[in-house]
Amino acid sequence: MRRRFRIPFGSPFQLLLLACSFALAAYAGVRLLADDWFGVALWLVGAALLHDLVFLPLYAVADRAVVRGLEAGRRRAWAMYVRVPAALSGLLLLVWFPLISGTVDRRYRSATALSPDGFLARWLLITAVLFAASALLLALRVRRATKRRPSAVH
Amino acid sequence: MDAPHLPTSPGFWRSPLRGPRFTSVLGLVLLVGITVLFVTGLLSYAAYNPGLSPVNDKTPDKGILGFYLFAWPTHPHWLYRLTQGVHVTLGITLIPVLLAKLWSVIPRLFALPPARSLAHALERISLLLLVGGGLFEFVTGVLNVQLDYVFPGSFYPLHFYGAWVFFAAFLAHAVLKTPAAVRNVRRMRGSEPAAVEGELVSPRPAPPTVSRRGALWFVGGGSALLFTTTVGQDFDGLRRTALLAPHGGAVPVSGPNGFQINKTAAYAGIDPAETSAEAWRLVVTGRTGTVRLSRAQLAELPLHSSALPIACVEGWSTSDQWWRGVRLRDLAALVGHEGDPPDLFVESLQRHGAFRRAALRANQVADPRSLLALYVNGEDLSPDHGHPARVIVPAAPGVLNTKWVARLTFGDL
Repeated sequence: MRRRFRIPFGSPFQLLLLACSFALAAYAGVRLLADDWFGVALWLVGAALLHDLVFLPLYAVADRAVVRGLEAGRRRAWAMYVRVPAALSGLLLLVWFPLISGTVDRRYRSATALSPDGFLARWLLITAVLFAASALLLALRVRRATKRRPSAVH
Repeated sequence: MDAPHLPTSPGFWRSPLRGPRFTSVLGLVLLVGITVLFVTGLLSYAAYNPGLSPVNDKTPDKGILGFYLFAWPTHPHWLYRLTQGVHVTLGITLIPVLLAKLWSVIPRLFALPPARSLAHALERISLLLLVGGGLFEFVTGVLNVQLDYVFPGSFYPLHFYGAWVFFAAFLAHAVLKTPAAVRNVRRMRGSEPAAVEGELVSPRPAPPTVSRRGALWFVGGGSALLFTTTVGQDFDGLRRTALLAPHGGAVPVSGPNGFQINKTAAYAGIDPAETSAEAWRLVVTGRTGTVRLSRAQLAELPLHSSALPIACVEGWSTSDQWWRGVRLRDLAALVGHEGDPPDLFVESLQRHGAFRRAALRANQVADPRSLLALYVNGEDLSPDHGHPARVIVPAAPGVLNTKWVARLTFGDL
């Protein structure tokens, strides 16, 4: 008897569902790619790759560096006090990057008659408030902890 | 055997937060949120009345993807303001949830073997469409509302067809994963012991810096921050709270014309010489022929008032403004369409812009609140709001409220 290598099929329900999904995606996909197929495919696949292989590793490494740095000073528990304001500020920058960086200044001003000048300043001020609030909370927590545990050595 | 310095090894991923529960909560939020985004997006396409005339349709080769289209109503007058405000504001609010969800499942991207079966291999290809398509939709939307047209093509076809590609993958993913996600969340809410299982759970977790509950609050906090700095661009009274949104902050000018502008007269290429009292004539054509009216003659026709908002596809809107002008159905009657007004083809003086010509359906023309407005908030329209005359129709997307109107043609399109 010969033994053949067989590819396992997996769940037939799953196969049918995915075939249906691909058919619909292809129906829309040929229309999506009708004009500039290369550019659109690059954006679609590029978005996934850029996120998974560049953006996510970058912020994960930055986060690990913060946690390690705090660990070195035995302050690991403070990680959230750095992480939260940094992440929130970064999130605002990520979403509103065109306005904050000023790359759309001219079009924005001429189309809407609004001033594009305030975005960077407002983002910086929000960032300052976020870090200040975090620092204040941390200071309160440290103070409370020291009060509860009065020093034995004089 | 296990090499934890490689991302293909489960031991490489050390966050104690990862696990079926964290992913399930985020997944269920996205299940509801993205469904709302998809439905409001489809509604926005219907609101343009693309079936009425080619000038309203930026995706004419849609085929069956337009199966659901219907005549867009004029009631309630804030309908588009609501659906599109929800679409854009919710989309921006969901960004942290999307990012956290992708973070929570990243070990799966590197998991070995790459495929355990044919179904598994196809599922992974489908995930590329899910992640790539989802990010594509969020990125094109976020760029478009900031007028940053760097994407490869026109926004309308990219965002519409991209949504269907994404939704096809989303639907399959939701069917495959929702039952397990619901089970995980149920188990979490019950008092069952914290069973640590599932392939997302790190085999050698680092000591935690935050609890799972804390991490969910963190994601929710990001959403709350984006929401509170965006939602104000839909309400005149809250506009100053929309600190970073494109139509937040200040009003462009003070006074009765001091509300948000989509495209200024200069941007649309309006020549002031063409809009002067001497030069400008409104050309109205219908069953009985053509009538040419100066602005002064229009102002002598019966004038009516409507309180209606401007609601843009970009997700911002104004509160109700008080418009005054001639009813569209009265203009129809002027050229032989008494009683039962037909569809209307509107042409603007503007030189460029995708909607310098637009079509309105008979139900929109017949609504007594639909005006060719000459005044707003008790004053002449400013050039940026469409002087000498603009269309204003209840519940219609902003771009169908044509500014600097030059010609109205009544009749079947």
